Amino acid sequence: MQDKINLNKNKFSFKKIIYSGGFASFSSALMAIILGLIFGFIVMLIAKPESAGAGFKFITLGGFKRIGDVFYFATPILMTGLSVGFAFNMGLFNIGASGQYTMGMFFAMYVGFMWDLPPSIHWIVAILAGMLGGMLWGFIPGIFKAFLNVNEVITSIMFNYIGMYIVDMAIQGSSTMYKFEQTRTNYLPASVQIPSLGIPNSNVNWGIILAIAIGIVLYIVLQKTIFGYELKATGFNKFASEYAGMKGKKNIILTMIIAGGLSGLGGAFAILAPSAIAGSSMTYEPINIIAPNGFNGIAVALLGNSHPIGTIFSSIFISHIQRGGTLASLVGYKPEIIDVVIAVIIYFSAFAAVMNETLVNFFKNHIGKKHDKETANNEVSDNEIKEAE
Amino acid sequence: MENYIIEMINITKEFPGIVANDNITLRLKKGEIHALLGENGAGKSTLMSVLFGLYQPEKGEIRKNGQVVQINNPNDANALGIGMVHQHFQLVEIFTVLENIILGVEPNKAGFLKKNEAREKVMALSEKYGLRVDPDALIEDITVGMQQRVEILKMLYRENEILIFDEPTAVLTPQEIKELLEIMRGFAKEGKSILFITHKLNEIMAVADRCTVLRKGKCIGTVDVKDTTKEELSRMMVGRDISFKVEKKESKPGDVVLSVRNLSVPSKIQKKDAVKNISFDVRAGEILCLAGIDGNGQTEFVNALTGLEKASSGSIILKGKDITKASVRERSILGMSHIPEDRHKHGLVLDYKLEENLVLQRYWQPKFHKNGFIKFKAVREYAEGLIEKYDIRSGQGPETITRSMSGGNQQKAIVAREIDKNHDLLVAVQPTRGLDVGAIEYVHKQLVASRDAGKAVFLVSLELDEVMNVSDRIVVIYEGEIVGELDPKTTNVQELGLYMSGAKRDVIKEIEDAG
Repeated sequence: MQDKINLNKNKFSFKKIIYSGGFASFSSALMAIILGLIFGFIVMLIAKPESAGAGFKFITLGGFKRIGDVFYFATPILMTGLSVGFAFNMGLFNIGASGQYTMGMFFAMYVGFMWDLPPSIHWIVAILAGMLGGMLWGFIPGIFKAFLNVNEVITSIMFNYIGMYIVDMAIQGSSTMYKFEQTRTNYLPASVQIPSLGIPNSNVNWGIILAIAIGIVLYIVLQKTIFGYELKATGFNKFASEYAGMKGKKNIILTMIIAGGLSGLGGAFAILAPSAIAGSSMTYEPINIIAPNGFNGIAVALLGNSHPIGTIFSSIFISHIQRGGTLASLVGYKPEIIDVVIAVIIYFSAFAAVMNETLVNFFKNHIGKKHDKETANNEVSDNEIKEAE
Repeated sequence: MENYIIEMINITKEFPGIVANDNITLRLKKGEIHALLGENGAGKSTLMSVLFGLYQPEKGEIRKNGQVVQINNPNDANALGIGMVHQHFQLVEIFTVLENIILGVEPNKAGFLKKNEAREKVMALSEKYGLRVDPDALIEDITVGMQQRVEILKMLYRENEILIFDEPTAVLTPQEIKELLEIMRGFAKEGKSILFITHKLNEIMAVADRCTVLRKGKCIGTVDVKDTTKEELSRMMVGRDISFKVEKKESKPGDVVLSVRNLSVPSKIQKKDAVKNISFDVRAGEILCLAGIDGNGQTEFVNALTGLEKASSGSIILKGKDITKASVRERSILGMSHIPEDRHKHGLVLDYKLEENLVLQRYWQPKFHKNGFIKFKAVREYAEGLIEKYDIRSGQGPETITRSMSGGNQQKAIVAREIDKNHDLLVAVQPTRGLDVGAIEYVHKQLVASRDAGKAVFLVSLELDEVMNVSDRIVVIYEGEIVGELDPKTTNVQELGLYMSGAKRDVIKEIEDAG
């Protein structure tokens, strides 16, 4: 009898782990990644069978050789990922992260080129300006959504274009910012560059530390504050939030401002980074293209299940395989192969719920059944005891 | 050996995490009315969906006249003569009655409709069974009772022999219920076999020959209705004794807590007002019930009362303060509690933990946060207190995800939250909707307790038994207007039904206006 009780206890705790939300999102993300990589490997086999092994090794492990770059490129997509994920917690789909990102970048650049500030605060002011630019570009769709009930997806797509064209126009019109002969912006003054972390041959800087810290702050806001409580309640069930007297309009606008600010910071972190080549910095090329980092943010948020901590890890992972993907070109693959892999991963993580069920069923069938059998045996013996009595 | 037309033998149907039907056997005789009784979630609808071909059972077989049959979809069921009136009607709103009846089995010649032939057949059926319908009326224009007749005619038109009625009386007035039961008896006399799903014991006693009781997916037994009593059936259904009478003392009405004056509320669907010029008072220590058939303006009225919608004219006064334009939160702070009509849509955030739902109306109070940070310990302690006091049962206590709780316990959580909140007026809208008898008993007790504690209780209900048993005073709403005020002690169900169906009305409105 003693054994039986212990057994049931074990079973219970095991179940608890399987059914817990964290495990569910982690396992589904892991599953999506594995399936994405397998699919990518198949594509590589078809494209160029003789070097598929080497190429796949680059994709999966190559990032470790460029750890600094991995973190540098993770920074902007972490910010846009947090932005999309944060809005998603409220039930808003912030597809306008690109526009907010571009605005943030422009505001930061403007402060960098046009304002003359002491070096100790110049870069900080530039970062804050970037945040402000993003906030503005989140605020407007937020207002439209809250007061006119215009779908935020439509307005923010529009604002992606509006933002991008305004920025490209403004940059090309300024001889301080724009270098005509190179069709890109000038190097930013050193005083406005974010201090480097000092990892050789990479652009990695304090931006990634700030971005991770912001992710942790967002986690605290969502989990521990009444603002987060209201936000998630509205995201889960808009009607219940109205019933409970929450101010839906205010929260929509506030969420879009915060989401915009996060993307804006992403733009600032990206452009204010020091380059590995001494004296130079990152530059922007106004070629009328919507910033892909905004859309990568959607992928990052999806893979991270809109959870701030999950998003930190997913951004680093995506950046990692992106770096690996560029290395795969050494054995003759086009870097686009990695976009295929990422696309497949995102595609599968959208099936998170389905896959979780499969996974839980798998555990249930292979471990649960054993327990059930044993419990059944125990029950039988109990009955026999009763009959004997 | 008895002659069974349909036998469902040892049916087992599983859904992830739950066995909806566990080895259930149901045998339907030719020409009988067989009731299927059970609480919500007992597996009645699942069993009928198996018979109708919507689900495939994991185990068990279905026989018709002793032959094993395979029912893979509703078309198979139809071919075997099985028809079903669903709880939510399956009608095309913008089609006429006739078009709906022939939908799917349209008589045609080379692809051209032969409506006249269909019309003759429908009219003949309508006449024969006393199912009055206008074949050219659009579904959206006719009453719910009429729509149900269309559903029944659909089955008859397809010459179904086995008729399944899924909770058919839920949406009907007492008079319509009586007519329906009469029609069902007529079918049985003709040799048609009827499966009648319900949780209303009176109807079973009135019309059924035999009754099979399900509880938590298991078959408890099949009994002859003439050999049993309501009490025994309810014991089989719930597993314990239930009192049908609501115990309460004489009410002692005090001061007016809520007055509604000439309130009109616009309709969302049509251009006219859904609520027209309503006036009444609710006093402390009384339960005032707003009775009426579903869709007569109750929802709009409650939305205006609780602040979810704007009124077009008139005023609402709570404890002497005009709250017509106040926000939901302001009303709540002033002392209004609200048990909403739809607990899943409004009452709960289903993906939140139970404890988070229990503070949904007061998370913003200083007790539960400090500088915007939730005091989780205070929330947990408060939730544990409510769970204990109001006997809310769940898998993991305060940490249970609310979605995984049973409907009865979800409702208990809402009731606990709203009653425990500081309030003078309790607005309870269909608080027992979809609950089983045990939970209904519980909710009624809580309403009476709140009244006895000197609160004003405003109850909106569609259930006649509830209206008659729980309330101290009844106002009846019909097409957005108050058509009568009744005393439950001096009126009866028939009279109430006449008011609810608009057949009878008083002129009390003008009197109140003058005063």
